[in-house]
Amino acid sequence: MIRDHFRVLVVDLATGRGSIANLDGRDTVAGGSGLAAMLFDKYGLPDRPWDDPEQPLIFAIGPLTGYFPLMNKTVCAFKSPYHDQYAESHGGGRSALSLRFADLDALVIRGKAPTPSCLSVGSRHLDLRDVHFLWGMDLLKTGKMLRRMYTGTGHRSILRIGPAGENLSAMACINVDTYRHFGRLGCGAVMGAKNLKGIVIVGDGSFPLPEGKDYPRLFAEVHRKMTDTDMMEKYHNFGTPINMAVLNGIHALPIRNLQKTSDPDIEGITGETFARDTLLRNAACAGCPVGCIHIGFVRERFMEENRYLYHQVSYDHEPIFAAGAMLQVTNAFSVLSLLDIAEREGLDVMSAGVALAWATEALEKGIISTKETIVPLKFGDEAVYREAVHHLGAASNDFYRLLGKGTMKAAEHYGGADFACVLGQEMGGYATGEVFFVSQALGLRHSHLDAGGYSYDQKDKEPDVNGAVQFLVQDERARVLLTSMVSCLFARGVYADQVISDCLRSVAYTVLADGIDTVSHYVQKLRWRTRLRTGFDPRAVSIPKRFLEVETWRGRIDGTYLNSLKDAYAEAILTLARNESEAGH
Amino acid sequence: MKVLTAPRMERCIGCHSCSLACARLVHKFLSWDTAGIRISSSGGLSTGFEARTCLACLPAPCAAACPTGAYSQRKGGGVLVKKGLCIRCGECARACPVDAVFLDLTGEPFVCIHCGRCVSFCPHDCLELKEVGVEGADDGDAQESAS
Repeated sequence: MIRDHFRVLVVDLATGRGSIANLDGRDTVAGGSGLAAMLFDKYGLPDRPWDDPEQPLIFAIGPLTGYFPLMNKTVCAFKSPYHDQYAESHGGGRSALSLRFADLDALVIRGKAPTPSCLSVGSRHLDLRDVHFLWGMDLLKTGKMLRRMYTGTGHRSILRIGPAGENLSAMACINVDTYRHFGRLGCGAVMGAKNLKGIVIVGDGSFPLPEGKDYPRLFAEVHRKMTDTDMMEKYHNFGTPINMAVLNGIHALPIRNLQKTSDPDIEGITGETFARDTLLRNAACAGCPVGCIHIGFVRERFMEENRYLYHQVSYDHEPIFAAGAMLQVTNAFSVLSLLDIAEREGLDVMSAGVALAWATEALEKGIISTKETIVPLKFGDEAVYREAVHHLGAASNDFYRLLGKGTMKAAEHYGGADFACVLGQEMGGYATGEVFFVSQALGLRHSHLDAGGYSYDQKDKEPDVNGAVQFLVQDERARVLLTSMVSCLFARGVYADQVISDCLRSVAYTVLADGIDTVSHYVQKLRWRTRLRTGFDPRAVSIPKRFLEVETWRGRIDGTYLNSLKDAYAEAILTLARNESEAGH
Repeated sequence: MKVLTAPRMERCIGCHSCSLACARLVHKFLSWDTAGIRISSSGGLSTGFEARTCLACLPAPCAAACPTGAYSQRKGGGVLVKKGLCIRCGECARACPVDAVFLDLTGEPFVCIHCGRCVSFCPHDCLELKEVGVEGADDGDAQESAS
């Protein structure tokens, strides 16, 4: 270990100064999700709005970051503009290793910069620069400009926002190193509200390693498992888009604003199609030999003569589902083109795609008109969606500004809530059944990654409220341990509890190694307590009618089961948050 | 005599496994800098990656520049390093034409020793430990590309 406590840099953007906080808690919350919640408890203001300048924007890594492969996610925590409650979003790229080598377990950003600014931190520097000339610039150009402005050849991570973040859209993401994102729940707007266009994290420190042979031996073993076995083949080969054909085949892929769950045209946007026709190369987060990032190309003929330009665009299942299936855009290059535009605007493409799918159906039904949508949205029409994505990022009129606050906010104003595909936030790319719908609607991050509800649904079990709730609670707890370690969830097959414990012990976190079960229970409660303290009431969650109309391979959704499950899971969450006697310290 | 080469960097995905392995196993640090091989984008992440590592010069300018004998010529190319003789002057790094010597914050130099321990950690087989003649002049590829 580097030290037995947390070393946290707390920056005040109003003054451009910071301070190092040395905080206890390593053996209680581990890091990542646990550390982020602990820091929000310390620095967050539950009763004040998300855009209060003093609200913290938190980035936290874990005890094994740098020491072991695939321990390279960063947990971003904040009060969300989407629901004005506590939220987490996870990102990769080089961010985690950069924080590690900047010698920071976490970065906490408070205050609001007097002008649009960029923050740069490293093991030996802290610097806030005025970048007013970048305000309004698209996200990819911003990345290139920051790269030029911050010279040097050291390893670093560049986080930035696009116009959507500046416009305080609740769908604004933070881009990390071009191809990764803190995507969901509007963390990009938190940067925007702080006048923070970019963050450069320079990983310029080094640390001594533990003596003895245990650590290098265990590293080699873990590395071998990550690369030699076929355990990671799914992520390495076609990548997550392999799910497109699988889900389409079992009638569980949300298509055309969830009007359908299967369509032969999906053949045009399967993982296999993307790999065959569009895949340019692969990339990896720093510290990950798996390299799941798939980068496709899209070219554009910009002159009558054969003059082309091309863009490189990373793709995954979720973006393809949102910008492809949900909008019935079934050409792989068209999908990449939409992803590219969402990227430039700095939008979370999952939310953007699902929101525009709702808007398209609302326009079809006459609930809204082109006065609102500006362009005639039409399922399958890439060209109008290209414009609409821009309008959403730019908040071109009142309609798009409101839609950027969330599809349900727009539906509450204009009508059409029945067919808003919102489960806490815009849905993920699974229409597998009741357990997934409830899992995302009530999950702490409103993400398909909160718990494996989509997987449970596919096990074809009979409706079993208690069994499903027990699964969701236990699976969430297991994932909370991984996200507190900041393990990539793709590595969950390798990082079993015993392996995590061994890894921790090999770098001298012996107390934590013996206590991971207690830690996972504690962090699960801590996160829920934090969420509830900011206003979340799981009993108040409702699931729109459209989800009850879904037909999967098992037939129509069982509304009674869905509602019973929702109520029971809500109670389980409240029990989890209340039960502090098991809090672990 | 063997030297480390990076003949297939077009395959690199930027995982830094090689640098981390070198720092961990050879130099005994947790680092992606204090290593004999460092990976960087060749002009932004959209342009691919390049490896900064010793090209096994013969003669080695860094060895010639070292005023204390800490760096000496290695047979077959590259340098032999005796850290105990190093006075942290940084002349080796300044002499290297391809920026393959990393100086840490104290001025300690780190350079590839051509041991090849990084090779097996590359998931895409970008790296290769290659046999060269002791004189270092029998590299067919190098001769071909130079002609």
